[in-house]
Amino acid sequence: MSDTASEVQTHTIRLELVDEPGELLRALEPISEAGGNLMSIHHERGNVTPRGHIPVEVDVSCVPDRFERIVDSLREAGVNVIQAGAERYDEELVVLLVGHLVETDLSDTLQQVESCANASLTDLSLSAPRGNDESSSARVRLKTKSGTTEEALATLRDIAAEKDLHVIEPLTGDQP
Amino acid sequence: MSGARLAVLGAGAVGRSVVELAAEYGHTVTAVADSSSAAIDPDGIDTAAVLDRKADSGVVGDADADAALDAEYDVLVEATPTTLDDAEPGFSHVAHALDRDRHAVLANKGPVAERYGDLRELEADSDGQIRFEATVGGAIPICSTIADFGAGHITAARGVLNGTANFILSRMAAEGLDYEHVLAEAQDLGVAEADPTFDVEGIDAALKFVILSNVLAAGDQEFTLDDATVDGITDIPGSALDLAAEDGRTIRLIGEATPDGVTVAPRLVPDDGPLSVTGTLNIVQLETTHAGRLNISGRGAGGPETATAVLSDVSRLTE
Repeated sequence: MSDTASEVQTHTIRLELVDEPGELLRALEPISEAGGNLMSIHHERGNVTPRGHIPVEVDVSCVPDRFERIVDSLREAGVNVIQAGAERYDEELVVLLVGHLVETDLSDTLQQVESCANASLTDLSLSAPRGNDESSSARVRLKTKSGTTEEALATLRDIAAEKDLHVIEPLTGDQP
Repeated sequence: MSGARLAVLGAGAVGRSVVELAAEYGHTVTAVADSSSAAIDPDGIDTAAVLDRKADSGVVGDADADAALDAEYDVLVEATPTTLDDAEPGFSHVAHALDRDRHAVLANKGPVAERYGDLRELEADSDGQIRFEATVGGAIPICSTIADFGAGHITAARGVLNGTANFILSRMAAEGLDYEHVLAEAQDLGVAEADPTFDVEGIDAALKFVILSNVLAAGDQEFTLDDATVDGITDIPGSALDLAAEDGRTIRLIGEATPDGVTVAPRLVPDDGPLSVTGTLNIVQLETTHAGRLNISGRGAGGPETATAVLSDVSRLTE
């Protein structure tokens, strides 16, 4: 029997930082102080959340009870922790959205995707036509938790259908 | 079966090519019919004369079209236009042949996609067999590959089975043109029909994947077009293809046949992957239980290409 309480695991923490100098350092300090081993930092500077914050994903390896302490100390330090857990957002999902994206409030669409589909938006490219009649297209890159990509896609489909948007999905399964 | 006597119903591109190429495969055409006339000769019709007459006057002979059904033949080749729902008159043509204990080889998708169970039932009561390689992917040997592996060893089939939609998508991506523009070009080139609905709405591809589902289900389950989730390419703006290209991807009208059902929809695929065939080419991927993935590609439409599949089917028939 393995002792899960003492097993070192990799945990992903999603933070949202205010776009000011020193913010990233301030967020990382509590992690090292609490004994977490920083594995990777994904700092999405070009990708501002609807609230004007910068999303940051941090992978930390440590034992579970230490992880809780890290999250607590981050929150105590006033850092905005969006999500913390052992699950890693390690599956990538790229879809195209086609339709009246701007008129149907693209940022609301994406926010819904992030909150309902439990996915994290990592990249967005929008191509909108000059006129209003034509459809616009967006390429949306999402990170989802292992094994939940199908679920995320299903939610995405529902959100898109509600706004009469067309989702061009990737082929699932490993395409060579 | 070698040295077969063929009755060819339908004198479109496929039917005419079957008539033209039959002798090369060692077969004799004893009857050919279009929608209004028939040419019949138990010793073999003069194929060149019949094809000339069709080209000049639009009819193949002086007999009634229905008379071809009662002609002397070993194999009925059903190459009339695909119809949906009751799949008539194609279905009755095949039923007539089986009732006479004759074989039937179909290029017409309707009966196989819409009434697969009925067809198999009639076949069970007959000494004749049915084959329909030509209904899926033209010259590409898909049904026979599945038969070789055994349907139980194939878990899914997916791919591009409509050359018109593939031509439009690949031209849109390559030239940065919009849908309407490329469709007009495809119509000028004869790649798209005047009414392209069947192709661009995904119906043609769906019928082919429904047929594959029926083959893969091997009688456990029957599928028709109504069971398929179908989405076409008419709403895809050029900008979507541009965004896909920036990311090393492209869009193809991809069908999938799995035990869960049939879907046809535009999908994102890797730009350099096997599924992103260009122009009017078709490709099918078969997922096998023990041998990984098979990719088979080639020409999925056209008279001589599809006739090749018909004539190969005739050769596969056992006497």
